Amino acid sequence: MAANLVQGAVFTVMVVRAGMLRDPAFELELAEQIQRSPRFFLNAPVVLDLKDVAEFTREAEFAEARESLRRHTLTLIGVQNAAPGQLQAAAAARLASFAPNSPQPNRVSPREPSRDTPPRPAVAVKTRLVTQPVRSGTQIYARGADLVVTAAVSPGAEIIADGNIHVYGALRGRALAGAGGDVDARIFCSRLEAELVSIAGRYLVSEQLPPEQQGLAVQIALVDERLTVTRN
Amino acid sequence: MAGKVIVLTSGKGGVGKTTSAAAFAAGLSLRGHRTVVIDFDVGLRNLDLIMGCERRVVFDFINVINGDAKLNQALIKDKRNDNLFIFPTSQTRDKDALKRDGVERVLEELKDSFDYIVCDSPAGIEHGALTAMYFADSAIIVTNPEVSSVRDSDRIIGLLASKSRRAEFNLEPVAVHLLLARYSPERVRKGEMLTIDDVKEILSIPLLGVIPESESVLRASNTGTPIVFDEESPAGRAYHDAVARFLGEQREMRFLQPERRSFFRTLFGRV
Repeated sequence: MAANLVQGAVFTVMVVRAGMLRDPAFELELAEQIQRSPRFFLNAPVVLDLKDVAEFTREAEFAEARESLRRHTLTLIGVQNAAPGQLQAAAAARLASFAPNSPQPNRVSPREPSRDTPPRPAVAVKTRLVTQPVRSGTQIYARGADLVVTAAVSPGAEIIADGNIHVYGALRGRALAGAGGDVDARIFCSRLEAELVSIAGRYLVSEQLPPEQQGLAVQIALVDERLTVTRN
Repeated sequence: MAGKVIVLTSGKGGVGKTTSAAAFAAGLSLRGHRTVVIDFDVGLRNLDLIMGCERRVVFDFINVINGDAKLNQALIKDKRNDNLFIFPTSQTRDKDALKRDGVERVLEELKDSFDYIVCDSPAGIEHGALTAMYFADSAIIVTNPEVSSVRDSDRIIGLLASKSRRAEFNLEPVAVHLLLARYSPERVRKGEMLTIDDVKEILSIPLLGVIPESESVLRASNTGTPIVFDEESPAGRAYHDAVARFLGEQREMRFLQPERRSFFRTLFGRV
């Protein structure tokens, strides 16, 4: 069973540049960001990037950084780009050392997080879910994700996703899937009454939508550079 | 006493907000609730006319917001009902005079002595309308059965869900109700107007009442008498029903069918 003792896993971890920690503007911005999605940030792990920073050679400085992040519900777990002196102080403060700046932290040095910080589950790119009607004048953008709406999308509303769009209700507004250029994105809806549908920049306005498909459950895909509407 | 703030709003102009605010406030007062109706349409003061108290306006909402007058100097007691008060606005200022902290202070003061504070919103989605809706506990969306009105109402419902105080502080959302005004069963039958179901489906909020299009409404406005004081008029009775439903009563929807022509009219054709 020894083989099961050590397992590898990839986590998403926030990196904060050490220089910014003392900037009041940064604190304010951070607080704002957290207020927008408090659950995402609750107990989230943070790695302190020490690149080009001369301070942080004493253990107390790390303790201070840990406290100030703690105030924002964040948990400091380690450092990155530490000079030898800083590394020693970080180790004394029980912080792990992460490999310098690889966006995928797959060469993580042996993790030794302090015991009171449970590791956070990996965050996948999450589908954006909207359960309320999307009212006229509202714009919803699912950045880098799919968008699922379980209510109607009103005329004059606009829903945009870099991935697919699903509307379990009447689609009466504008829907733009594959907004980042993904030609494989699709739009699904249980009632097509859209003002405009678009995939990866190709679009059809309501007049160009096949009238026999109006009001039906359809999917819209890009086939040979052309938007095609098929009944579900 | 902790009064409830009700806003009547629509986005679109001319749909019957002020008429409905006057009728609704009067309806609440007739059922024994101490009610004040506030005109938020600064610069286009109308509510006092509809309530028939335009000659009694001395101080107004803006004077009170600015601290130039006391609340009881500006409130006008209705001559027909002791429970009903009118809070007129200024005709000479503009919407910028509606400072949010001042409005909040006045509303808080009113909550101490009234059961219901009915706010008559100006049209549009700018500062005036946003201020009128900001402190609302409940909203009555006044809509006419036609596409532009429905779309504007939809926009306003979206704003209530994102820009109100309740939304900003993550409180229980503003309770939103639909009041369908100027409904003409005859024109719906001819296909010239949206049906109730069309409107309900697009807006998907509970229907508080349907007010039939009626000449008695115009007459009531011109004489400065809220339509609910006219017991004969279908529109007046429809407002009474809407008020009852707002207070939690179950009532059947009335006046949804074209009026039947009398025997003599049928006999002699159109009179």
